Amino acid sequence: MENLISIFLNSVFVGNILLAYFLGMCSFLAISGNMEPAVGLGFAVTFVLSITTPINWLVYHYLLAPGALAWAGLPLTDLSFLKFIIFIAVIAAIVQALEMIIDRYSPPLYMALGVFLPLIAVNCAILGTSLFMVERDYNFMESVVFGASSGMGWMLAIVTMAGIRKKLRYADVPEGLEGFGISMIVTGLMAMAFMLFSGITL
Amino acid sequence: MKITRTKAFKVFFNPIWESNPISGQILGICSALAVTVQLKTAIVMGLALTFVLACSNLSISLIRKLIPRNIRIIVELTIIATLVIFADQVLKAFLYDISKQLSVFVGLIITNCIIMARAETYALGNPPLLSLLDGIGNGLGYSQILITVAVLRELLGAGKLFGFQVIPNAFYAAGYENMGFMVLAPGAFIAIGLIVWLQKTVSKE
Repeated sequence: MENLISIFLNSVFVGNILLAYFLGMCSFLAISGNMEPAVGLGFAVTFVLSITTPINWLVYHYLLAPGALAWAGLPLTDLSFLKFIIFIAVIAAIVQALEMIIDRYSPPLYMALGVFLPLIAVNCAILGTSLFMVERDYNFMESVVFGASSGMGWMLAIVTMAGIRKKLRYADVPEGLEGFGISMIVTGLMAMAFMLFSGITL
Repeated sequence: MKITRTKAFKVFFNPIWESNPISGQILGICSALAVTVQLKTAIVMGLALTFVLACSNLSISLIRKLIPRNIRIIVELTIIATLVIFADQVLKAFLYDISKQLSVFVGLIITNCIIMARAETYALGNPPLLSLLDGIGNGLGYSQILITVAVLRELLGAGKLFGFQVIPNAFYAAGYENMGFMVLAPGAFIAIGLIVWLQKTVSKE
C-alpha cells in the first residue's frame, strides 16, 4: 500500500510525466490557451491513461515479454521487440472504441471530450506511460496506479498552464518571445516549482 | 535557373531554418527536451529521427494513391512503428549504451508529431523524391535544434562536450562552477524558449 502511495505522489509531483519527462508537450502547448478545453483534455488523458496502461500491462506480460508465451507452449519466444507497434495499436483501438461508446451512452460527455479523443491516440504521454511501465517493471496494481496518477499529473500541469496563460495575455512580453517562446519559459519555471517536491521523503 | 530557386532546394532547406519543425511549426518537442542532456545522445536521436522520417515520407508517398482515405492514419502508424522498431533494434545492436540512455524516447519517435505531420501534410500529396527531401530536411532541422540545445546544456551544465572536459581546470580553480540547473528538466525548457526567441529575432531581420 505504501508503495502504491509513493508511486502516486511520485508520478503526480516529482516525476510529473510532462514537467520531468516532457511527454505530451505538443497537445499541452496547443490546448493550454484556454481553460475549458484544457480541463476537458486533462480529463480525457487521465481517462485513457487509466485504461490503456493496465491493458498494455496485460498484453505485455501475457503475450510479449520474454517467456510470456509459456502458457501456449512456447517458453523461449521473446516478442518484446514488438511492444512499440502493439502498444500503439492497442491505444489507437481503445481510443476509437471509447469514442464510440461515449458517443452512444453519454452524448454530453462526448460533446465535452469528443474532439480531444482522436488527438490522444498520438499523444506521447500515453505511449510513454506504457513504455515506462515496462521499463520500471511495475506489477499489475502498480501499473493501474501509475497510469491514473500520471494522467492526473498531466492534467494538473495543463490546467495550471492554462491559468497562467490567461494572465499572460495582459503581460507585456518582448517581441519575438510571444507565443511559443514564453510558453516554454513559463513551463520551465513551473517545472522548477514541481522539482521542489523531490525533497520530500515518505 | 539558379539552384537556390528550384523547388527541391526549397523543400530541403526551408525546414532546416525558416520553417524549422521545432521552432517554427512547434512539433516534436517532447523528445527534443528529454535527450539533450548530452551531445552524444542528441546526435544519435537526431539521426534516428531523420532516418525514420525520411523512410516514412518516402514509403508513404510511394503508396499514397493506394491508401484509402479513412484508414490512412492506421496505415501511417504501422509504417512508422515498423521503421522505429528497426531503428531501435539497430541501436540496441551497435550502440547499446546510448540506446540505454535514450530509454523510452526511441520508441516515442512513433508518436513524435513531426513524423505524422509531415506524412499527413506533405507525403500524402507529393511525389516520392520531393517527399524524401522534405523528410531529410525536416529531420536535419530537428537535429539542428537538438544539437544546439545539447551543446548549451552539456557545456554549461557539466563543462563537457561529447563527455570530454572542455572548460579548463584553471577556471574551476578560479571559482567557476557548473550550472547544475541546465542538466535538470527546467533548464531544457528555458534553453528552448531562448533559442526560439533568438531564431525569431534573427529571421525577422
